[in-house]
Amino acid sequence: MPPRGPAAFRHRALGTSKLSKSAAKQVGEMLSRDGRLDLLLVADMVDARSRVLDVGCGDGSLLRLLSEERGVDARGIELSQKGVNDCVSKGLSVIQGDADTDLADYPDDAFDYVILTQTLQATRHPRQVLEHMLRIGRHAIVSFPNFGHWRIRFQIAVRGRMPITDNLSFPWYDTPNIHFCTIRDFVGLVDEIGARIERGVAIDKSGKPLQLNLPWWVWNLFGEQGVFRLTRLKT
Amino acid sequence: MNVPFNKAGQSDEAEAPHSLVAHFGAAQPLKMDAGVLLSPLTVAYQTYGTLNAQKSNAILICHALTGDQHVANTHPVTGKPGWWEIMVGPGRPVDTDRYFVISSNVVGGCMGTTGPSSLNPATGRAYGLDLPVVTIKDMVRAQAMLIDHLGIETLCCVVGGSMGGMQVLQWAASYPERVFAAMPIATAARHSSQNIAFHEVGRQAIMADPDWCKGRYIDEGRNPTKGLAVARMAAHITYMSDEALQRKFGRKLQDRLAPTFSFDADFQIENYLRYQGSSFVDRFDANSYLYVTRACDYFDLAADYDGSLALAFKGSKTRFCVVSFNSDWLYPTAASRAIVHALNAGGASVSFVDIETERGHDAFLLDVPDFISTTRGFLDAAARARGLPPSRARDI
Repeated sequence: MPPRGPAAFRHRALGTSKLSKSAAKQVGEMLSRDGRLDLLLVADMVDARSRVLDVGCGDGSLLRLLSEERGVDARGIELSQKGVNDCVSKGLSVIQGDADTDLADYPDDAFDYVILTQTLQATRHPRQVLEHMLRIGRHAIVSFPNFGHWRIRFQIAVRGRMPITDNLSFPWYDTPNIHFCTIRDFVGLVDEIGARIERGVAIDKSGKPLQLNLPWWVWNLFGEQGVFRLTRLKT
Repeated sequence: MNVPFNKAGQSDEAEAPHSLVAHFGAAQPLKMDAGVLLSPLTVAYQTYGTLNAQKSNAILICHALTGDQHVANTHPVTGKPGWWEIMVGPGRPVDTDRYFVISSNVVGGCMGTTGPSSLNPATGRAYGLDLPVVTIKDMVRAQAMLIDHLGIETLCCVVGGSMGGMQVLQWAASYPERVFAAMPIATAARHSSQNIAFHEVGRQAIMADPDWCKGRYIDEGRNPTKGLAVARMAAHITYMSDEALQRKFGRKLQDRLAPTFSFDADFQIENYLRYQGSSFVDRFDANSYLYVTRACDYFDLAADYDGSLALAFKGSKTRFCVVSFNSDWLYPTAASRAIVHALNAGGASVSFVDIETERGHDAFLLDVPDFISTTRGFLDAAARARGLPPSRARDI
C-alpha cells in the first residue's frame, strides 16, 4: 500500500513561498479579484524556466506571473474568446480550445507541467483529461473544490438540498460543474490511473493550508479545496 | 486618375503600375517550382511608414487571391480605399506610425508584378499561358527577393488572410529565421478537394468564354469579361456565410414588387452578384485569375516535409497567431486547428483564436471588433518582445 496520509508527502513548507514581493502582490490582486486561493499554491509547485501548459487559463494571470517571475515558457488553453484575447494582448501563447477535446492534439512529453485549476469538475471526462495531462506533461497540477467539505455535507445531510456555497454558487440545474469529487475520491482516481501524488495540500476557507500531520479524514472534511501535484508512476 | 489601357481594354497596371517597382535582371532570376528560371522579374509593391535604423520594424502583408499591393491607399484603378485600411494606417492595429509596412503584388498577379499580362521579352507579347504555373512558394520567393532588395534581414511580422495566409505559412516554413512573428488568418495549410472544385468552376467559366482565345485575348484585343465575371460570382458566394446572405438579402426583390417571370435579376442577391462580377473585371485579368487559383490548388505545405505539417515548423522560434472565423466554410476553423495542431507538435509558440462572427470568410477584410483587437494585441506583444518602442499616445 502506498502511504495514505498527507504527512506522507514530502513537500516543502508553504510558508516560504519562492515568489518575489511584486509577484506575491500580483497574486494577491488575482486572489482578491477572483477568489482564487489556489493559484499561489499552484505557482509554488512549478520550477523556474520549465515549460507549462495551463488548461483553462482564463485571462492569463497565472501564465503571466509564471513567465515574468519564473522565466517559464508559458502556454495556455482557454475556452472563452475574451480570455484568449486578453492573453494574446499580454503576449501569451494561448489557444482557444476545450480541455475535453483539444488535449488529445498535444504530443507526449511536450511540457514539464500541465495545470488545471478549478476546472476538473466541469469537464465531461475528468479521468481522460487527467490522463492526457499526465501524458502531455511530466507533472500535472490540479486544484479542485472538495465536495467532502463539512459545509457541503451539512447542506445535503441536514437541509436535504444540493449545496450552494460561496465557492460553488450555482444551482444544480444551471451549473458548469458536472463532476464533483471529494479529496478522497480524487486520490482514488489518481491511484486508479497509475499516477503518484508528489505533493498535496488542502486549504481552508481563508486559503490557509491545513496542517500536514492531520489525518486524511480531516482534510476531506475541512479542506475547501485540494491542490495536488502528480506524476506518472513510470515514465 | 488617367489610367492608360492596353489593347484588350484593360488598365495598364500590369506594365505601368502606380506603385513602387523592384526589377530583378538576368543575374537574379526567380527559381520557380515549375523548374524554370523566370527572368526578368518585376515586383510591384507599396510601403507605408518608416523603416527604423535597426530595420526591425518591418511588417509584410500578403494579399489574398484577387487582392493587391494597395493595402492602405486609394486604388489606382477603382478609386476605392485600400483593401485593408480598417487594419492598416496611423493608429490602426498595423500602425504605420510604428511599423514599416510592405505589401507586394504576387507573381502571377496583374497589378505590376510579373504575371500573364506582363510583356514576355522573348516574344514581345503578353506572356499569356506561356508563363510557367506559379506556386505559393514562388510568390514567397519573390517576396523574399524584395525584402532582400529593401535590405531587411528579419521581418517583425508577416500577416495575411486566405491565400495571403498560405504565403504566411510558407514564409514561416521556408525562412523561419527571417520571420519574428506570423499571423495566418482564415487559411489552410493545403487546399481541400472542395476548395479545388470551386476554383475549377471559375477557371472553366473563363476558359469557356469565346473571348478568352486560348489565353491570347490581349493579342486579339479582346477580354473574356463574361467568363471572369461568372468566376467571380461563384467565388464570391464562398466568401460569405449562408447566414450573412440570408440576413443581407434574404429573398428580397430588386427594385420591383413581384417576380417578373423572366431571367432578369429579380432578387437582390442576383443583382449583387452581377455587380460584384462586372466591377471585378475592370480591375482583374482573366489569366491572372487562372494562375492565382492554381497556385492555391497546388498548395500543400506538408508535402514538402514528408507529409508532416509539424516538420514544416519544427524548432521554429517564430511567434504564431492563427485566426479563424467560425462562419467561414471556405477555410473552416478545422483547417486552422490543423495548423495549430502542427505548430504545437513542432513545439512552436502559437496562439489561436476562432472569432465568432456570421460574416464568413470575408470577415478578415471587415470591421469585426474581436478580430481587430486580437490583431492589435498580438502585434503589440510581438513588437514589445522585439524591443520596438511603444506607439505614440494619440487622441482617438
